[in-house]
Amino acid sequence: MKPAPFEHHAPLTVEQAVSVLSEVGHEGKVLAGGQSLIPILNMRLASPAHLVDINRVAGLDSVEVTPEAVRVGALVRHAGLERSEEAFAALPLLRQALVNVAHPAIRNRGTTVGSIAHADAAGEMPAILALTDGVVEVAGPSGSREIEWPDFFLGALETSLAAEELAVAVRFGRFPVGTGTAFTEAARRHGDYAMAGVGVAVTVTDGVVSAARASFVSVTDVPSVLDLGPALGGVEPGTAAWDEAVEDAAEAVREHVDPEGDIHASADYRRMLVTELTRRVLPQAADRAGATA
Amino acid sequence: MTTQMFGAPIRRKEDPRLLTGGGRYLDDLGHDALAAAFVRSPHAHARIVDIDASDAVDVEGVVGIYVHEDLPGRVGEPLPLLIPHPTLTHGRTGYALAKDEVNHVGEPIVMVVASDRYVAEDACQRIRVTYEQLPVVVGIEAARAGELLVHDDVPDNVAAHMLQEVGDVEAAMAAAPRTLTLDLDIERSACMPMEGKGVYARWDRDRGELRMYSSTQTSTGVRAAVAAKLDLPLAKVECIAPDVGGGFGVKIVHPWPEEVLVPWAAIRLGRPVKWAEDRREHFISAAHERGQLQQVTVGFDDEGHLLALDVKLWHDNGAYTPYGIIVPIITSTQLLGPYKPGTYRCEFWSLYTNTVLVTPYRGAGRPQGCFAMERTMDAIADELGLDRAEVRSRNFILPTEMPWDHGLLFQDGRPLKYDSGDFPASLAKLKSLVGWDDFADYRRQAEAEGRKVGLGIGCYVEGTGVGPYEGGHIQIETSGRVNVSTGLTSQGQGHETVFAQIVAQELGVRMEDVFVTTGDTRKMAYAVGTFASRAAVMSGSAIALAARNVRAKALRIAADALEVSPDDLEIVEGTVRVKGAPATSMSLGTVSVLSNPLRYAFDEAAQAATQFAGTFDPDKPPVADDEEPGLEGKDFYSPTQATFANGMHAAIVETDPVTAEIKILRYCVIHDCGTMINPMIVEGQVHGGVAQGVGGALYERMAYDESGQLLNASFMDFLMPYASEVPTIEADHLETPSPLNPLGIKGAGEAGCIPVSAVIASAIEDAEGFPITRMPISPYDLWELRRRHADGEIPSLHRTSSTTRTSGTSSKEPTA
Ligand SMILES: Cc1cc2nc3c(=O)[nH]c(=O)nc-3n(C[C@H](O)[C@H](O)[C@H](O)COP(=O)(O)OP(=O)(O)OC[C@H]3O[C@@H](n4cnc5c(N)ncnc54)[C@H](O)[C@@H]3O)c2cc1C
Repeated sequence: MKPAPFEHHAPLTVEQAVSVLSEVGHEGKVLAGGQSLIPILNMRLASPAHLVDINRVAGLDSVEVTPEAVRVGALVRHAGLERSEEAFAALPLLRQALVNVAHPAIRNRGTTVGSIAHADAAGEMPAILALTDGVVEVAGPSGSREIEWPDFFLGALETSLAAEELAVAVRFGRFPVGTGTAFTEAARRHGDYAMAGVGVAVTVTDGVVSAARASFVSVTDVPSVLDLGPALGGVEPGTAAWDEAVEDAAEAVREHVDPEGDIHASADYRRMLVTELTRRVLPQAADRAGATA
Repeated sequence: MTTQMFGAPIRRKEDPRLLTGGGRYLDDLGHDALAAAFVRSPHAHARIVDIDASDAVDVEGVVGIYVHEDLPGRVGEPLPLLIPHPTLTHGRTGYALAKDEVNHVGEPIVMVVASDRYVAEDACQRIRVTYEQLPVVVGIEAARAGELLVHDDVPDNVAAHMLQEVGDVEAAMAAAPRTLTLDLDIERSACMPMEGKGVYARWDRDRGELRMYSSTQTSTGVRAAVAAKLDLPLAKVECIAPDVGGGFGVKIVHPWPEEVLVPWAAIRLGRPVKWAEDRREHFISAAHERGQLQQVTVGFDDEGHLLALDVKLWHDNGAYTPYGIIVPIITSTQLLGPYKPGTYRCEFWSLYTNTVLVTPYRGAGRPQGCFAMERTMDAIADELGLDRAEVRSRNFILPTEMPWDHGLLFQDGRPLKYDSGDFPASLAKLKSLVGWDDFADYRRQAEAEGRKVGLGIGCYVEGTGVGPYEGGHIQIETSGRVNVSTGLTSQGQGHETVFAQIVAQELGVRMEDVFVTTGDTRKMAYAVGTFASRAAVMSGSAIALAARNVRAKALRIAADALEVSPDDLEIVEGTVRVKGAPATSMSLGTVSVLSNPLRYAFDEAAQAATQFAGTFDPDKPPVADDEEPGLEGKDFYSPTQATFANGMHAAIVETDPVTAEIKILRYCVIHDCGTMINPMIVEGQVHGGVAQGVGGALYERMAYDESGQLLNASFMDFLMPYASEVPTIEADHLETPSPLNPLGIKGAGEAGCIPVSAVIASAIEDAEGFPITRMPISPYDLWELRRRHADGEIPSLHRTSSTTRTSGTSSKEPTA
């Protein structure tokens, strides 16, 4: 379990990083926290000839909160974002999800942007980028561009980032006032990749639901958002109608997801699981919406 | 008075060193060594057609590439079958490097030695092996069917077939008012020590001496095996077990291929060579355990007394049997637990499969046996509508019936004879600890909140401290430092502490003056090893005996010097003094000086000793005819049989009504390992055991596909429980001394893990209301069982709960 030989590059600026990436092309890989990449290298599942280690690149380690978004630089560790009080105040969903990402030791190294660039359908943060209608900021040889999340995730472990591009930040969109969020998942062991997970955002206006959406972990091959407006819209949380609407929403989730089975659980089980998790998580989000409204 | 050391919950002497990074494990040694890596079979069953290393020889840094044909003499012969048995009629072992055929994924085929491990792995990747694939046997059912063979010359894949019977089972079964049959299934798991195996060897060409280090549970065994394989005089081979990061059984097997090959390469190349196993290697080329199919037929009366127990076991021994059939022998004998079976028959078949070999893992066959017996107890209780604890207690062997001879032969070939134990007292303690009699109320409350809970129980007896022997050696330096050595090895158990406690107590010295060495063949050449919960019983007893010898010698010498009778002396905190007149005294260091009449005084102790003229007699030699120089003592302990510890566990679980997730709410342990040397260490052993038991019950399995690939050969998919999955363990102890050894102790190392699968199955069954017959169980498994139960494929239990009986039971027809 030792990686094949590679050349290690340690650029100090985004420009240098992009220029090395352009030089080495498909022979290169960005190294951020290494929590996904290093095991892959050690098991020789990949053997890139060049590693472009961005850990020394200046200016990528800040969390910024704007009225529209929480912007997270490429060197912000999961743990840093999780602990940021500003980010939590602006978008509680981030912390709600991040505490489910692996264990503290891994969150101390692993980056949120790296997790999104890795695009594992079992990762929490790609789903959160989707749920928040987020954007990936990219630097490349021909300048910067922004990629909306639906255009970013192409397939399992596959994104629209080009080999010579670096994701410099992501922006998680903030929700309107009156929105409550919640995230839950079920994993075999605490901190494992989930068998199924779901995050929801419920907006309550004048006592009734005005918008609601959900996104999923481990039960869709790319991050996807389901609009729960048709099920929940116009309903007042806590009423008998609400209970029925939650059932409808859960049913919609059951139909929406497309899980695969593995040695830990079958596809049917995961489908059941995400449906049940949706039932459990929606009232939490609605409660929080009530509290912020 | 010297403070009481034996029995005190003293903190572990080794922990400050180990917890602050001071441990020296195998891979911490030999930074100058060449590194070995292996090309291992990617196929479960194949003939090796061709090995082409031409692309690898040029990799810079490669020093040697070896295949089977390169191995001379005994190095190239099959590895030894360590523990033969008359019923093991078709024992098979592998080669250090595969010869012609591979029988499981992971079998070593080529060894590369290079400047470092990275280079060695680069070279491995460039070696092309051509295979002709052969049909693969995976799983006990396929092995049992015998249509495809693992070894051409082993009919029906049967390595061993064994039958033991006590009494006339057939007659008793026929006469039994009721019978039941259970079909049970336990899956594979593995030891998974945090530190894998590892070997580091240096050859001193000038002296013709081999020094090797191995992360082993038996350095004496490895030493003898390597000397034999490499045709070296035993006197020219040293083997040292450095700090070892866990063993749990897998490191008692020896010699592993690497333990032969690494020293061989070191000699051949004249350079130090090291190999440290990585996790993937450990998964696919070390050893697994547990996998069995079981069928139990039981005959009993209307009160739940056992009349006849008829057990069939199909044991998966993997591709080879280097460690014999110890595991199924233990299952078949220890299955009986604390009960009198009436009559008993156990027949087992040990079967080959194209999977990693199976050797003892903590518990060593007992968890499976306990599972069979305890599932049976629950089934009887359910059948009769009786309380599950009550059925157990009606079948207990009573304290007045000890020693109890089951009439069977145990793993050591000696009678299965329980030395002591108080099972009714243990059960009473357990019931009060877990609140057995109040559980009906607890359940009613939970049910009112829409929660599903269940209570489970499991009892076991564990033969521990098997022979043949261990030794202890103690030497006291002139400084008063007490050096203790024993040949068996340590893998984190706390030997430095408990053996020091024994010595401190027996000799009357301070803990901090006692220094324990284990597993170093330079210090103690005669030893067996650390397994079978035997270290405390065997080495502990030997060390106690050795300490008594040293004490007697110290008193003899001091009495002479002080001109008093030895009977008037005592040793307190390292000082020999006259009872009642403590001013007349000398330190043990001084006694040590006197014991070794050198002509030179090197230090203060030696100078101080000159004041003790003693009874100098010019006609006698300085060292008396029946004495030896030095304040030293040695002794060996060799018992006639094993000593039997026991325990009873109970758990309360909650199962999610929708998702079938399983949570252990409480886990209670009553443990009896006789007199405890250190209750804190015993408790630590119990905790670790329960943690591994929880792994085996709820998380761990070896997911082989039908082609023999292990699908979860990493810690991402092989789910060892984290601290977050292990419940708080509530433990209490009973101390029923063993009459068999000088300290009254029994082994404790394996205990914790033995009943956990049985207990959790019992609790889940109690929560769910239908039988649980297969472990481990995941939420998905339970969810599937619920579906099948709802579809009528699985019957309901007769009762609805353990303690709330629905009605008096009418006599039912036997289901057998
Ligand atoms: C034991 C364990 C458990 C884990 N459990 C979870 C879990 O439950 N949920 C979860 O979501 N994750 C989990 N992870 C993964 C963890 O979150 C990773 O940190 C994360 O997926 C990747 O972040 P990283 O910074 O470590 O990226 P790296 O490992 O350095 O890189 C991952 C991939 O992304 C690319 N990449 C990284 N940064 C950039 C960038 N700025 N621009 C372009 N490409 C980039 C790399 O080239 C590589 O292909 C776990 C990891 C471990 C070791």
